[in-house]
Amino acid sequence: MSEYTGVRGTVWFRALTGQASPMPGDPKSVLTADAPLGNDHARFLCVVPDPQARFPCARHGEVGLEEAFTLATRVREVIEDDKNTTKRPIIAIVDVKSQAYGRREETAAIFLAAAAAADAYGSARLAGHPVITFVVGHALSGAFLTHGYQANRILAFDDPGVMIHAMHKEAAARVTRRSVDELEKLAKEITPMSYDIRDYAKLGLLYKMLQVENPEKPSDQVIRNVQDELVGAIADARRGPVDLRNRLESKGALEMRKASLLVRTRLEAQWLED
Amino acid sequence: MSDKGYNANFINRQSFIELDARERATALFDAGTSRELLGPFDRVESPWLPMQGVTPQADDGCVVMKGKITGQAAVVVALEGAFQGGSTGEVSGEKMTAALDLACADNEKGIPTSAVILLETGGVRLQEANLGLAAIAELMASILVLRKHAPVICLTAGTVGCFGGMSLAAGLASYVVMTREARLGMNGPEVIEQENGVEEFDSSDRALIWAIHGGEQRYATGLADALVDDDTPQVADAIRRFVSKGVPPAHRSSQVTLYRDRIEKLDTSRQWDPKEFRALWANGSNEEKR
Repeated sequence: MSEYTGVRGTVWFRALTGQASPMPGDPKSVLTADAPLGNDHARFLCVVPDPQARFPCARHGEVGLEEAFTLATRVREVIEDDKNTTKRPIIAIVDVKSQAYGRREETAAIFLAAAAAADAYGSARLAGHPVITFVVGHALSGAFLTHGYQANRILAFDDPGVMIHAMHKEAAARVTRRSVDELEKLAKEITPMSYDIRDYAKLGLLYKMLQVENPEKPSDQVIRNVQDELVGAIADARRGPVDLRNRLESKGALEMRKASLLVRTRLEAQWLED
Repeated sequence: MSDKGYNANFINRQSFIELDARERATALFDAGTSRELLGPFDRVESPWLPMQGVTPQADDGCVVMKGKITGQAAVVVALEGAFQGGSTGEVSGEKMTAALDLACADNEKGIPTSAVILLETGGVRLQEANLGLAAIAELMASILVLRKHAPVICLTAGTVGCFGGMSLAAGLASYVVMTREARLGMNGPEVIEQENGVEEFDSSDRALIWAIHGGEQRYATGLADALVDDDTPQVADAIRRFVSKGVPPAHRSSQVTLYRDRIEKLDTSRQWDPKEFRALWANGSNEEKR
């Protein structure tokens, strides 16, 4: 696990909104704020660790039941508010280690909570809100599906502290019956298995990688550059369709997702054969 | 429905669970109306498994069929739990998403087309890690679009159950149909035990596992819309019923206030007895109420 989990999220939330607090009535683990971004007034959301969280398995920055439903609430609020007006951008700042692994979570259907958050983000995108995900640290498995993966555009730092993956190394090694060393060696050869953000970028799922120095202590100039990049991503999202086809039409996908593209072409041809 | 108790005529039952993915999908259609798309003879396989010395399968463990259910156009996508645990790879994931997108396009053209997804899966296939995760995110996006036009029905029959990222796809479905043998949850007991210890979840406690993730509990707490016996005609009947019902007035995953309030009311200082939890969430939002 990264020692940065949670730190970067808070740092960047503060850098972009000028504050770092939850909205009234929300758990401390979900930061929500509205702040100017270019010509827009964007809504920013971030999940951070709360060592006193009500649910014991969600005290280290995991996305649990409360986090997921709070995200869903705060995203739906924007959809509702902007029903008849300009669709504000929604910015998900992502630094999440995992979903919450707990018995309480399973009993109370964390799968539904996670789906509710993804539903809210996806519905916002479909309603015309530019949904931009900004990965500043970890974006792992179910936590990323819940918070970030429904965005029109995904940006990430080109930095070793950034990791986007389906499962953290130790667990993936256990499940596939390999040592962490073996897993890392294999991950170097099989691009989708890699833990390196530069390999992830090859898959064509990212809109952009951002070069920054010292992401834990950004200078004013670095913050301004990031804001410009976010504004650019918002404009690009507004120009494009509201679905996720850009991911499969990207240059990276043409190279790395040939099988996906083949599936789509052949399935469509056979579908129409009636 | 089976909430009246087990079918007394169980000896004559035709097990659904014993069927493979292809047989399951076929059984849900009006007889003689289905045809498979991108089947095993098309040999669109995982490009990533052979690179790791794992034998791929000619359909990548995902069966797509198009046909009619109660006379209406439908697509059924069935995951084969016997291949790599039903895990989502690049190809199997894209087959699901593409099938749902084609159903969506037909709806937009004025041909009402429902979708049934048969989820028997542990989630992302770790040998294809990031492409599996991305595929699930894209599938979820496609479910959100399709379910505006036509119901997306999730059927989890067992015995693999539905876990990991794919449980979020189940969470987005218009309706969830389960058997008593099926389980639905985000994290399996083994994963929880590994991450947070045996005190948090004893993965050898079969009774506990079923009391939390099992179809009976999910139905009793309003998280599944139908509980059916392991009986093919009964399963097919439930699917027909939901196809006829059409799009629900409110999807479960959009009922944020209801569920947020429920979570807020829970006493988190201790573990709950699944039976006591059942009393708290009884008949929450299953089909009759919605």
